Amino acid sequence: MGKTFTIVLVAITVVSAAFFIFHGQLLWLPEDVSVHGPGIDHQLMETMVGTGILFLLGQLVLCVFVWQSSGRKEGWKPRTFPGGPKPMVISAILAVGLEILALSFVGSKVWAGMYMNTPDSQALHIDVQAGQFAFYFRYAGPDSKFGELHPEKINQADGNFFGLDPRNDVAARDDVVTATMAIPVDRPIQLTMHSQDVIHSFYVRELRIHQDIVPGLMIPLHFTANKTGRFEIACTQLCGLGHYEMRAFLEVMPQDKFDAWLKQQESQ
Amino acid sequence: MSEAAAHPAVHQHTAPTGFIRKYVFSVDHKVIGLQYYGLAIVAVVIGMALSWLMRLHLGWATLPIPGLEKLSPAGAPGNVMTPEYYLSLMTMHGTIMVFFVLTTAPFAGFGNYFLPIQVGAADMAFPRMNMMSFWVTFVAFLALMSAFFVPGGPPISGWTAYAPLSAVGQTSGPGEGWGQTMWAVSIAIFCVGQLLGSLNFIATTLDLRTRGMSLARLPLSTWAWFITSVIGLMAFAVLLPACILLILDRTAGTSFFLPSGLVFGDQMLPHSGGSPLLWQHLFWFFGHPEVYIAILPAIGIISHILPAFLRKPPLGPRVLVGCIASIGFLSYMVWGHHMFVSGMNPFSAILFSVPTLVITIPATIATLLWIGSVYGSRMQFTTAALFCLGFISVFTTGGLSGFFLAQPTIDTYLHATYFVVAHFHFVMAVAAIFGMFAGTYFWMPKMVGRMMNETLGKIHFWLTFVGVYCIFMPMHYIGLAGNVRRYAAFTDNFLVPLIPVHKFITIAALLTGAAQFLFLFNLIWTRFRGPKAADNPWGATSLEWSTTSPPPFDNFGGRQLVVHQEAYLYGVEGASADFIMQTSSETVEKP
Amino acid sequence: MKLRFVFTLVGVTLLGSALLVVGAPPAAGTIEGKVTYTGTPPKMKVIDMSKEPGCQKEQSARTEPVRYQTVVTGAGNSLQWVVVYVSAGPPSPATPAKQVVYDQKGCEYIPHVAVMQVDQPLEIVNSDQWAHNIHPMPKVNPEWNKSQPPGTPPITTKWDKPEFIPVKCNIHPWMHGYFVVLNSSHYSVTGSDGSFSLKGLAPGKYTITAWQEDFGSQSQEVTVAGNETKTLSFVYKVLPY
Repeated sequence: MGKTFTIVLVAITVVSAAFFIFHGQLLWLPEDVSVHGPGIDHQLMETMVGTGILFLLGQLVLCVFVWQSSGRKEGWKPRTFPGGPKPMVISAILAVGLEILALSFVGSKVWAGMYMNTPDSQALHIDVQAGQFAFYFRYAGPDSKFGELHPEKINQADGNFFGLDPRNDVAARDDVVTATMAIPVDRPIQLTMHSQDVIHSFYVRELRIHQDIVPGLMIPLHFTANKTGRFEIACTQLCGLGHYEMRAFLEVMPQDKFDAWLKQQESQ
Repeated sequence: MSEAAAHPAVHQHTAPTGFIRKYVFSVDHKVIGLQYYGLAIVAVVIGMALSWLMRLHLGWATLPIPGLEKLSPAGAPGNVMTPEYYLSLMTMHGTIMVFFVLTTAPFAGFGNYFLPIQVGAADMAFPRMNMMSFWVTFVAFLALMSAFFVPGGPPISGWTAYAPLSAVGQTSGPGEGWGQTMWAVSIAIFCVGQLLGSLNFIATTLDLRTRGMSLARLPLSTWAWFITSVIGLMAFAVLLPACILLILDRTAGTSFFLPSGLVFGDQMLPHSGGSPLLWQHLFWFFGHPEVYIAILPAIGIISHILPAFLRKPPLGPRVLVGCIASIGFLSYMVWGHHMFVSGMNPFSAILFSVPTLVITIPATIATLLWIGSVYGSRMQFTTAALFCLGFISVFTTGGLSGFFLAQPTIDTYLHATYFVVAHFHFVMAVAAIFGMFAGTYFWMPKMVGRMMNETLGKIHFWLTFVGVYCIFMPMHYIGLAGNVRRYAAFTDNFLVPLIPVHKFITIAALLTGAAQFLFLFNLIWTRFRGPKAADNPWGATSLEWSTTSPPPFDNFGGRQLVVHQEAYLYGVEGASADFIMQTSSETVEKP
Repeated sequence: MKLRFVFTLVGVTLLGSALLVVGAPPAAGTIEGKVTYTGTPPKMKVIDMSKEPGCQKEQSARTEPVRYQTVVTGAGNSLQWVVVYVSAGPPSPATPAKQVVYDQKGCEYIPHVAVMQVDQPLEIVNSDQWAHNIHPMPKVNPEWNKSQPPGTPPITTKWDKPEFIPVKCNIHPWMHGYFVVLNSSHYSVTGSDGSFSLKGLAPGKYTITAWQEDFGSQSQEVTVAGNETKTLSFVYKVLPY
């Protein structure tokens, strides 16, 4: 039984590790298109290597000991691990402890870079409204001023997703509301995110950004995309029956194409 | 000389008579333990069936499942599962498994049965309160099951029931009416049952230890149950008021979790002043210690069982107790790691991340101690022993995936993906359940006086061990691809290519689930046909083996045991046998 | 003797029937007309369906972009989707109630406004290849919310109280329509030319009400005699916002 256990666990370990190592394109992160993304990816790879080594060591050493254990004959005198529990404690504290320190230190710098620096003054501001089950985006329009939000005026039947009051609020009249988020490449983007009903979440895999949108809060998020393309924004916080269908598309385009797009949206 | 505090006179009660007193409203901790265990078995079968329906739908979203419309005409018109039905099955699956399986069987089930015996007491400190705690838990289970039958059906907000989805009532979605209310009522009642149980465990461990049973001589399983009950006291004491506040928001017009400006169906709700994040803080302040409540008893159980089959003492038992205690202590400082992207202050993320990573140190030490215990042994590979080895393997796997999620930068990508689902299933659904299995195969002879079928047990182990890796290891890979969780179907461009992996997982889940019927069959077969068990079939040392199988109603037949030895004297050189029981007064000359 | 009795009976019966037929009032009156507006109506925005790529593809294949349908105008300042119905009047013979069908196609509700009588069967169909959810939001009738994955059977239901019920799809939040549940059996929904026609009315005094989802209701009284046709016109004052 012990030898069988060893063989089975070795097979499981090797096959599992193989899929992590030979992941191909499908079973892995998509390419990274944001400025802060490489920091996250680097952190992930470090952790993957570290935990991978621990995974292989842990499972295989267990296998070795089990194999040895099953090969012993009647009358065997049990032996204590040399050094007793002390080497376990020391190696755990050293290996894991050092790993923790390194990852925390590096990770905090990446985290701070994402959340604790002031956004660029040249950033393009986009207002994001999440509601069961779609995202809508608002640009300030030619007057560069966002109209005020009035939740009691939200009327999805009319396409008034943000609760704007153009009759009384001049700044709201030229706000551009879209269902697709277009941004210029290589330009800092500042999002202000809010929800009209339940908690949603804004997740763009390629941008390595992920932020819950909480009703009652105005949540800022900033990033810069450095590659053009069409990416999906998925909702990742369970928000009701249509959660799996809650998405929008992010189009990253060159600045001139973005200007043309915005003009076209304004005229509609 | 007595090393321990002299224990007060054990309450005397005569043996119960009559079916009701013996098996239904019994104050005997052994009967209560079996009742909890039985409840857990019923719950796990229901929970597993729900998971099969979920997995079928995830692999084949448009497949009509025969009979489903009869089960729920609203949930599955034409036998095709609607998204809201999927979410309601998912919510009930999580709730049933976490509360009524993982908190009952390893802790309330085996703990109730064996803690008093392992400390040498005749019963728990408060037998009647113990009986109440089971029946309260049972009522909580009925309340939860009623969610299937109320108008609107079960809730769809997940076992985590985040507000406002769970707090505004029916307007946020199907099932969010009566179903969510019954959920909150059930969990609130459950908290009461657990609080009563925890008080009993603590009092019994501290006050009812028999002569010679010092804290240092307590078996590792008792230590784990004791520490778990301390954690439980504070955790459930926070969940109970949280559920009450939720019920008030839903029914009494309060706004604990609801801010102003909520608009559903183009109508603004009148609430104002509340915070959805408050629910998350309250819930996870409970929820994180809860997952340790789920795993620590299993850790104690396998740490207790392993030495019996290694025929050598565990490596560093006091260090292991220290690890269990520090995991318990640290578990209160990490709840925010469920909330890294929740909208709370990003600075808090770093504060929560550090203790989360630090918790891996005692967990690693424990794992190394188990692996180091196997070193130099000549192991008896019984089914219970195999499940202990399997536990070490899956606990390692599950624990390592936690390393990724503990770091906010990486969690930014992996939050709410199948990577998280893989992590918590490995540590809870697999490791904790392996502890339950090991405990069953080890202790069933003691509990019912009959040996389980080892052949069936071993087949059960192999199918399950390979099966769980086939189910949950691929979830890491699709998680890395960004496969979002809690999706009823996969229609996004980046998810459609991953559906074949889901199909594989579903098939593995169905086969592994089927293998569990071997276990259920074995339980029934043992009860009626198993060969009679001796008092100590495994040659183990702790006090449960110093009495008959099954024990008499007062555990030791009126004797007061005296303990002379520590808990795991296996393979002591120069002893008269390869084990020394705790009650033995044998002294061995050190060579 | 007997024969004379029989002939008399037949004769009386025939005469009586003729009198009955001649004496009963005919249900052949008609009220018709147009609904128009004055002022500047709000501009209906084009719907962005990008979150459902299949719908977006279907939409881009159309000649005209799909717009919101809260206020739909036509030539001659006509207003579409106005429900004109008899809100008070002499009882008219009830028309048999057959099923009203409400379809979800191309991420739109067809028709935008569905009128039905109390207890008349309503069948909701999903003709699209993706899931919709139907969420009627009544205040008087019971509210419900059901999703309808593609390929599932139609949802059949009915309403037992008269009400103007907004309906929406949460998955495609731009989808919006109305179930108009009436006590009356005479109603008409204006088309693109704003015209309505209520036929088969018995003689008497009627109150005719026009309802538009944004601009509300207005009523007029009219008397119909015999089989004459009366013309009514409803005019709504509209604002651009």
